[in-house]
Amino acid sequence: MELGGIIAYLVSFAIMAGIYAVFCLGLNIQWGYTGLFNIGIAGFFCIGAYATAMITTPKPTGIYAHYVKQLFGLNLPFITGLLGAAIICGIIAFLIGFPTLKLGEDYLAIATLGIAETFRLIFNNEYWLANGPRGLMGLPQPFDGLVDAKYYNYIYLIIVVIIMVVIYLLIERAIRSPWGRVLRAVREDEVSAGMSGKNIFSFKMQSLVFGAMVMGIGGALYAHYTKSISPAVFTPLYGTFIIWVMLMAGGSGNNKGAILGAYAIWAIWIGTTFLTDFLPYTLKARAPYIRFLLIGILLEIILIYRPQGIFGEEKKVSKLID
Amino acid sequence: MAELIVYGIVLGSIIALGAIGLSLVYGIIRFANFAHGDLMSAGAYVALFMVTGVLSWIGVPDNTFGPISFGWRMVIAFPISMAVVAVVAILLDRIIYQKLRTKGSGPVMLAMSSLGTSFIIRMVILIIWGSDYRFYRPGLMRPALELPWGIKIRPDQILILFVVLFLVVLLHLFLKRTKMGKAMRATADNMQLALISGIDTERIILWTWGIGGALAAAGGILYGIDVQLHARMGWNFLIPLFAATILGSIGNIYGALIGGLTIGIAQQVSTAFLLPTYKIAVAFVIMILILLIRPQGIFGKE
Repeated sequence: MELGGIIAYLVSFAIMAGIYAVFCLGLNIQWGYTGLFNIGIAGFFCIGAYATAMITTPKPTGIYAHYVKQLFGLNLPFITGLLGAAIICGIIAFLIGFPTLKLGEDYLAIATLGIAETFRLIFNNEYWLANGPRGLMGLPQPFDGLVDAKYYNYIYLIIVVIIMVVIYLLIERAIRSPWGRVLRAVREDEVSAGMSGKNIFSFKMQSLVFGAMVMGIGGALYAHYTKSISPAVFTPLYGTFIIWVMLMAGGSGNNKGAILGAYAIWAIWIGTTFLTDFLPYTLKARAPYIRFLLIGILLEIILIYRPQGIFGEEKKVSKLID
Repeated sequence: MAELIVYGIVLGSIIALGAIGLSLVYGIIRFANFAHGDLMSAGAYVALFMVTGVLSWIGVPDNTFGPISFGWRMVIAFPISMAVVAVVAILLDRIIYQKLRTKGSGPVMLAMSSLGTSFIIRMVILIIWGSDYRFYRPGLMRPALELPWGIKIRPDQILILFVVLFLVVLLHLFLKRTKMGKAMRATADNMQLALISGIDTERIILWTWGIGGALAAAGGILYGIDVQLHARMGWNFLIPLFAATILGSIGNIYGALIGGLTIGIAQQVSTAFLLPTYKIAVAFVIMILILLIRPQGIFGKE
């Protein structure tokens, strides 16, 4: 492969890993700082992607309306798609949090898992909503007229990195505020945080909604990158499990760790494609399963031998205290 | 409608086998085991390996019993598969969960690692058998029997109900009559009190995994006989299992039985109005309703 090809490959790698880093940052708010066990990230991924698709594309007309069914299409710009995805994911998170956040941690996990599976089923079966299993196509890409389509990924990489850094700074700022310290107090000891007069339910809800909004933006970034989405993408494997492994590997409770984990695990995931070449012909089609098996084993090793991840949590909670 | 209710009882009794095990693990080892559905798949596929592999190589005849769709091969494979999955569940505990327990990891970390093992089990199944649908016996379904009120039921389904009934009665006798069963109930009721009464909790945990794994395997095989096998079948059972467990109150096996039947009937009856693929969503909605109305389940204390 000549140099140009390698660079193009690296750029597409950095975009995907950057999008996963956004999910990791969202999960880090929920799990890393508040201890909320969300195993339905794929649901927010899916909702965020579909939300932006329907906000930024026009409703099909004429002959296309026969082939592409879509509840609505607003034909608004990229940035409204991102905001819309965040807001809709926030609302869904609020609705899930309401019955579950007063109960034990497991209930949120089961409910988020349920919402992820349910939304995938809905998008897969309801043609009138978003074209069923065929999904939606033709999502616009911001600034796509600036350069030759061949080089567009460079622009998208810059967009992804800017959004990732903005979210990173926002979370860092929030987590070092009194608000962020309450979240950690809730995570460490709910009872004593409650006895200090903090409304546990409200703080957990804010964290859940904030994290889900970030995940919604991640879903939207993904949708505008691939330009077409279908329900088959948002599986528990690619949508939830790998993001958990990324955060646990990088270090939950550490935003730098969340980003590093996303890049490291995505590099392992992409890097192991070479395994396919070594497999006998009959096993080639099953290579992804072998790679996911290795990722699963990696998670168990991390949980048992290094639960704090590569970085571990930063103990510094305020710039006023060393 | 009557027919859908009968099918619901068949599906519900299969869900109940999984939910009883999940509820035991949840009540005694105290974490949400997200790999429980995949233990059901594991059981189904071990039985497939026995029926179409080992037992045919050693020359066990392939005939069937009268109107039922299987014969001696399945009769031999069934208990072996239950034992194999019981051992798998115990080994997973020794290799992973026990290490986490001794490190003092909380229940959420255990739940997360069970999510990991669920993917590991599924990937192993996918690597060995691929993602095609499988059957224990190729060929057409046996003709159904006609019962009153126009209910059509296959002989296999009647047998499934008897097998589940037999296993539940066996478990009931084990928990009520044997020393180990009593110790398990005591541990589920109050872990601290059980410890100071001199109950060896590590042995209880071992037995809990064994029983939970064996029942899950039985449920998976029965589903394979009734419908078909697929690597994702266990994952699709996960939400119904949790819905049944929460409905019947966590740790209560009779509650899990009733919860399983309720969820199964609701899922089948829903197919009269909704696409059958929405069965998981139906279980999910019921679960959310329980969490809103009575989060401790029907048998839970206030």
